[in-house]
Amino acid sequence: MVAAEPIIDIHDLHVRFGRQQVLRDISLSVPRGQTLAIIGESGCGKTVLLKSIIGLVRPQQGFVEFDGKRIDRFSEQELAQQRTRFGFVFQNAALFDSMSIAENILFPLRQHKPAQRKEHEQAMLSCLAEVGLPTSVLSKRPAELSGGMRKRVGVARALVMNPEVVLYDEPTTGLDPIVSDVINELMMHTREHFGVTSIIVTHDMKTARKVADRVIMLYPRTRLEGDEPQVLYDGAPAQLDVADDQRVTQFVRGEAGDRLMEMRSAKAEG
Amino acid sequence: MSTGYETAPRRRGLLGGLYDSIADLGAAVLGAIDTFFDMAWFVWRTLIWLTTRLPRRETLFGNMYQIGVLSLPVVALTGTFIGMVLAVQSYTQFREFGMETQLGGVINRSMFRELGPVLAATMLAGRVGSAMAAELGTMRVTEQIDALSSMGANPIQYLVVPRFLSCLLLIPSLTIMAVFMGVMGGLIYSVFILDIDMHHYVANGKLFTENWDLFYGVVKSVFFGATIGLVSCYRGFHCEPGAEGVGNAATSAFVQSFVVIIVLDLVLSIVLDKIYTVIWPQSQMAMSLAG
Repeated sequence: MVAAEPIIDIHDLHVRFGRQQVLRDISLSVPRGQTLAIIGESGCGKTVLLKSIIGLVRPQQGFVEFDGKRIDRFSEQELAQQRTRFGFVFQNAALFDSMSIAENILFPLRQHKPAQRKEHEQAMLSCLAEVGLPTSVLSKRPAELSGGMRKRVGVARALVMNPEVVLYDEPTTGLDPIVSDVINELMMHTREHFGVTSIIVTHDMKTARKVADRVIMLYPRTRLEGDEPQVLYDGAPAQLDVADDQRVTQFVRGEAGDRLMEMRSAKAEG
Repeated sequence: MSTGYETAPRRRGLLGGLYDSIADLGAAVLGAIDTFFDMAWFVWRTLIWLTTRLPRRETLFGNMYQIGVLSLPVVALTGTFIGMVLAVQSYTQFREFGMETQLGGVINRSMFRELGPVLAATMLAGRVGSAMAAELGTMRVTEQIDALSSMGANPIQYLVVPRFLSCLLLIPSLTIMAVFMGVMGGLIYSVFILDIDMHHYVANGKLFTENWDLFYGVVKSVFFGATIGLVSCYRGFHCEPGAEGVGNAATSAFVQSFVVIIVLDLVLSIVLDKIYTVIWPQSQMAMSLAG
């Protein structure tokens, strides 16, 4: 079997904020059509990695290739054009407060295809139906919707430009188990119907197991010794429970171990 | 193995404390230089986008409404009372010399050249600047600015340019309004409360003010408007996370705008007076400026 060509290639990525090294020497390749889940504890750099893929965070070293082209070499206009091939679902949906739901979903279309106004409404209604929201929400403001509905509007907005890659930043965080599973189903449906490549940053092991073809686990840079790689696991979700690295199985099972003691002693040291 | 992000440990002892203080000072200086260049880059990008692509009409008009129309009552009210306060403060001294009819000249000139532009700008830095910084700061914290970028929109073009343009175009108009209301406030108080003869008050007002004074105030207000727009948007864009970050962005937008306005006021006053003496060297004012 021939492996699908990579749509995203990350080479030797290093990201640092001031004196804080968040990502070090990250390299990975995402084949077209794959659903990749990135797991790891808070502060390990999952969201930073996701934002680096779309150029929202500039790495100090290394680069990201999208469809064979380095994104750091794009001009501002070229990067803006390339970003229309992505959909990004933010952790809290990041809907524009000052706009109605309809204006939020239409925003990317109005920005990039201003001449095709007649097709906009059709595309918006189609995306709204995909995420299972009634048309009555269109005139509402984001603040009037529940967290789950806002998230679904976020997915609709991400899909309206027919992207090739959809990036999800903690799509089920803060949602009840039923709505979380609705979002999981939606991500699977999106992949099946639109054939998109998906990268999902999540803490939710249920999401990772249910939706992903492949899981990678990042570990906080500051908890690693020397040149130890930051990616502790890269494989199938089914193998997570029997991973060789104890830190992976500990995370997957959600066991604190001696972490509380470590945190207390670190605080005492000051 | 450590927890949390890597940061340099604090040193112990007298020498260690001294070393840390010097390091902190160095970091503060480097931070200030970094902020200066970052802000210069922000201003440059705003000007480039301003000349590349104008904002959509509905975005621009929405901002103009927020910045201009909604500020009108407060600017008019402030202007009126400033004119009246000027009359109250100057009256006693002018009366001692029997020059109370000269109040019109003093009030009008002060309003046109100094108090109108500076007070309107201060008022607007508080009302408009803080609101813009808080709004953009909230957008930054809630990832709405990242969302704009991720959809291929440029946040500078979409968020900063319309606000900057609105400030640039409407703050001069609001200044003219403040000046007009101040002049009227001074006139009403002087004539109807202090019982100064209206004919002489108006005649002296005309004698001591000229078109140049209005131009003087409007030129200042254009610079003040640009300052409020750029400083406030910059603070909003560089907001730290959390409610405290948004609050700090709003406060620093006002404080920094105000400081820049005061410094600009001095510089512009000197430059505009020089220009006046070059254009009208024989005028009475030019000769008094030349000493």
